[in-house]
Amino acid sequence: MAKKIPQINASSMADISFLLLIFFLVTTSMDVNQGLARRLPAPIPPNQEKADQDINKRNLLIVKINSRNQVTYRDGSMEMGDLQEIDIKDLKAKAKEFILNPQNKAHLPKLVREDFGGPFGEMEYTKDHVISVQNDVDTQYQAYLDVQNELVAAYNEVRNECALEFYHKSYNELEEDQQKLIQKIYPQKISEAEPKNYGN
Amino acid sequence: MAKIRRNDKREMPALNTSSLPDIIFMLLFFFMSVTSMKEVSYKVTCSNSPQASELTKLEKKSLVRYIYVGKPTEQYAKQFGTDTRIQLDDQFAETNEIGDYIINERSAMKEDEQGKLTVSIKADKETRMGIITEIKQELRRAYALKISYSATQRTNGL
Repeated sequence: MAKKIPQINASSMADISFLLLIFFLVTTSMDVNQGLARRLPAPIPPNQEKADQDINKRNLLIVKINSRNQVTYRDGSMEMGDLQEIDIKDLKAKAKEFILNPQNKAHLPKLVREDFGGPFGEMEYTKDHVISVQNDVDTQYQAYLDVQNELVAAYNEVRNECALEFYHKSYNELEEDQQKLIQKIYPQKISEAEPKNYGN
Repeated sequence: MAKIRRNDKREMPALNTSSLPDIIFMLLFFFMSVTSMKEVSYKVTCSNSPQASELTKLEKKSLVRYIYVGKPTEQYAKQFGTDTRIQLDDQFAETNEIGDYIINERSAMKEDEQGKLTVSIKADKETRMGIITEIKQELRRAYALKISYSATQRTNGL
């Protein structure tokens, strides 16, 4: 008669796996790494003079956050040194109007007609617009990110509207090359100014 | 006459626990797959991250390096003060060390991946922009141009 193999006592298995579970719960973190992705401009070579880019006044929207986290802006309709206060909630709409210039206003960026091919054909877009974000040394990080976030949101909305119009799909559902095409029409042009020393 | 027999000591049948380890293992695997290992132990208080809505996920872990910005935690506050400090990997650093750090980290990466290096700035939302601007300038000088401001999804409106 074959010898019966004694059964292994598995009652401690549960305890062992509990231990492992608790170990993993402690050492890991749930948070996914996500953030606001931005691209910094390439550094200026040291031997090169800082060339002041000549941007037409109407193509430039300056958004400035001061040390008290107030948001001010200047567009083409205002004088050079003027800044007008704006609520952060209205910034997205302002930026959208600036990017699109739907009514072809004289103080908003110049519309340029260009052939993009694909379903777009010839269309008008604001080729040379730039949004410049300036901040103070004492600006709070959260306030700065709020502004960046609203500007990115404005671009995302513009792209999404474009996708819905031409592809009848939302921007996120598009193929990668279709997204690239839309990005070519509406590239994110948020420039982060060289740090300056402001008074007060 | 029928006699109702009363068993004084009726034992509860033993609960079959043989599937318990399997259940626990399932839990374990679930947690292992949805969580991620902590990169470092924080010496600065950067868990109070700012909120934003237009977030993108950082895809490949191996391509991301972190810069932590915040005030030193309680146990280091005596030694390092309460001013906002930078933490690289496991230690405090000055802004001018960031360039070397990035160059070191980049040269340790595979050659075809060096251009894809992303720097994630994990800063406390109370941080002043002065130090962030300095970090950004250092990153520009080190040609680490892809950055990500670490933030959590905003739940309520502005």
